[in-house]
Amino acid sequence: MKSEIKLFENGKRLDGRAPDELRKITIKAGVLHRAEGSCYLEWGGNKVMVAVYGPREAIPRHTQNPLRAIVTARYNMAAFSVDDRKRPGPDRRSREISKVISEALENVILVEKFPRATIDVNIEVLDAEAGTRCAGLTAAAVALVDAGIPMKDIPVACAAGKIDNQIVLDLGKDEDNYGSADLPIAISPRTGEILLLQMDGHLTQEEFDKAFDLVLKGCNAISEIQKKAILEKYQSEQGGN
Amino acid sequence: MDQDKREIVIPSQFLGEIKDKKAGNGTFVEKGKIYAEILGVLNNNSNYINVIPLKGRYDPVEKDFVIGIVIEAMQSSWLVDINAAYPALLHVNEVPWDIEFGETERYLNKGDSIMGKVLQVDQEKKLQITLKDRNLYKIKGGYISHVEPSKVPRIIGKKGSMISLLKKYTKCRIFVGQNGRIWIDGNEDGIKKVIETIKLIEDESLSYGLTNKIEDLLKKDTKEVH
Amino acid sequence: MTIVPSIKRDYLTKLAKNGKRADGRAFDAFRNIEIETGIVSKAEGSARVKIGNTQVLTGIKMDIGEPYPDTPETGVMTTAAELIPLASPDFEAGPPREDAIELARVVDRGIRESELIEVDKLCIEPEEKVWMVFIDIHILDYDGNLFDAASLASLAALMTTKVPAKRHDLGEDYPLPIKEPPISCTSVKFDDVVVMDPSLDEEEIAEVRLTVATDKNEDIRAMQKGLNGSFTRDEIKKVIKASIDNGKKIREQLYKSIGK
Repeated sequence: MKSEIKLFENGKRLDGRAPDELRKITIKAGVLHRAEGSCYLEWGGNKVMVAVYGPREAIPRHTQNPLRAIVTARYNMAAFSVDDRKRPGPDRRSREISKVISEALENVILVEKFPRATIDVNIEVLDAEAGTRCAGLTAAAVALVDAGIPMKDIPVACAAGKIDNQIVLDLGKDEDNYGSADLPIAISPRTGEILLLQMDGHLTQEEFDKAFDLVLKGCNAISEIQKKAILEKYQSEQGGN
Repeated sequence: MDQDKREIVIPSQFLGEIKDKKAGNGTFVEKGKIYAEILGVLNNNSNYINVIPLKGRYDPVEKDFVIGIVIEAMQSSWLVDINAAYPALLHVNEVPWDIEFGETERYLNKGDSIMGKVLQVDQEKKLQITLKDRNLYKIKGGYISHVEPSKVPRIIGKKGSMISLLKKYTKCRIFVGQNGRIWIDGNEDGIKKVIETIKLIEDESLSYGLTNKIEDLLKKDTKEVH
Repeated sequence: MTIVPSIKRDYLTKLAKNGKRADGRAFDAFRNIEIETGIVSKAEGSARVKIGNTQVLTGIKMDIGEPYPDTPETGVMTTAAELIPLASPDFEAGPPREDAIELARVVDRGIRESELIEVDKLCIEPEEKVWMVFIDIHILDYDGNLFDAASLASLAALMTTKVPAKRHDLGEDYPLPIKEPPISCTSVKFDDVVVMDPSLDEEEIAEVRLTVATDKNEDIRAMQKGLNGSFTRDEIKKVIKASIDNGKKIREQLYKSIGK
């Protein structure tokens, strides 16, 4: 979508960020009482709550996989989370996002330890501002760790894009709508392997490489925030007074 | 003053090399390197690197004593919730009573609690428990409290030191299931005291000197319990 | 489904017979209540309420639409509740089941019948355009007493809602015109003992439930009995009195939280 809006002014973006700057991210682990694992995350204007239940026996029987656990992520946007109220219930976009997130998480969860079981990851977007799938996956990873689920890594996601012919990190409001490319990626930070990759828009191969590098940098920075959030929750429970 | 803090590790954290140490529980190995696979406490004291989980459901081990809640009575068995990822099966042959086919409900019904033992865990994680042991029975009265299964050793204490303290100062009967369920019976105040103390132990499970701290606290309130 | 061990039922009943509740509260006392407004930037109004560990988030969205034919100059209000699987291991994804529907309708009635929203002030063009108010209740953590938490969150959200006139070129944004809020208080009965603001455990063994919404004049604005047990006339009278008393305290806290 070509726009009339100038997305860049004096090297700064509409919200004052530099091209390689992330929006503000805060993460809190273990915030819900009933859920076995949970996480609340704020990323720019995004507010996401995730709850993990499981592993627990998959019902009905015919959905069970005798060799491993099934990971089901359910991404949902609250009716009030967007400008124009969204009708409650999953739409096609939510179902696609649920699928790609499930697949990313399945890669790092040690599913063979739980044959016939299901691990349910509920991602609720309470306030939306571009990049909700990355926010959702990043929060889901923390909730899974909080639930005590065995994993070989803590996945993290971030997006880069192109606005006014400039490659930028972490598309924000308006940049998402008026930019000319969007590249959300999730990685396993320990190995650098790619777990989620989608792209829409138009990028040359050089632009793609540039965007990819930016995203990796962003992911690694966010990974530190995830880890800190988890340790903060559990380290404070040592000899607390 | 608790100077040493037990180290908390998270999944994917590098813990050591296979050439120096062996990979124990809660870890996985990739290219000769040992990593943590769960959120837990690092135990690096022997040749094994272990991670003790901080969270998560009970992982059934044969011969463990567990407190279960009956989910359903079927024709010749019961389905029991033991706080694991899977329900456990209790077969009529594994109870001390003589039961006619279809008469299971007369002995154990949905909502009943039992003190059982894990009989078998197979490859597909199908679980079986038994009630056939003189220490096992259907529970009557009292209260069942829950803690993270990983905190059970703390509640029991070294050689039962913590649990003995609790029993002594509250005059309650207490039984701790490996699956994180604790049965308490006694008078109202005693039960309340046990519940509170267990919560405290759970919250501060990682600190040193906890047993002494708990003993002091319990001693202080002894006057209120008859 | 989470099974309630019969031992728990016996324990709670025994305590109750001695005038006690498991968490030490008086029979007519509420758990700690927290109210926070302005949580969701995309919503025209929002509030998050915690009663004990129960947590509910209500968001208000407004849009322009057609009025109902029989009330051509009146705004439209709808209430929906989602018992999302996030909030409890027993909630399943999918279309709302009866509990979600009952919850939404009870909260809706409490607001509608008390005329909290001055819907006759929401007309833009008679018969053509009126303001529509969408109340969406999102349960985040279920630990007993969804009715009161949902109702309170909805009230706090509505009382801090700004009509998005600017976005529709109808002038500056202004506060949603509202009147005095009715406060809802829910009680349950088990084994002839009636307790207010049931915890999850108490709700699980409850035989019958009664929600009473009262206003600042101590008048009754809405009532709902649930579950298949029964109440005596006397018990209902006591519940009404306790609802009025608690209603006063909660109303005060509500006003404080929105800065009045």
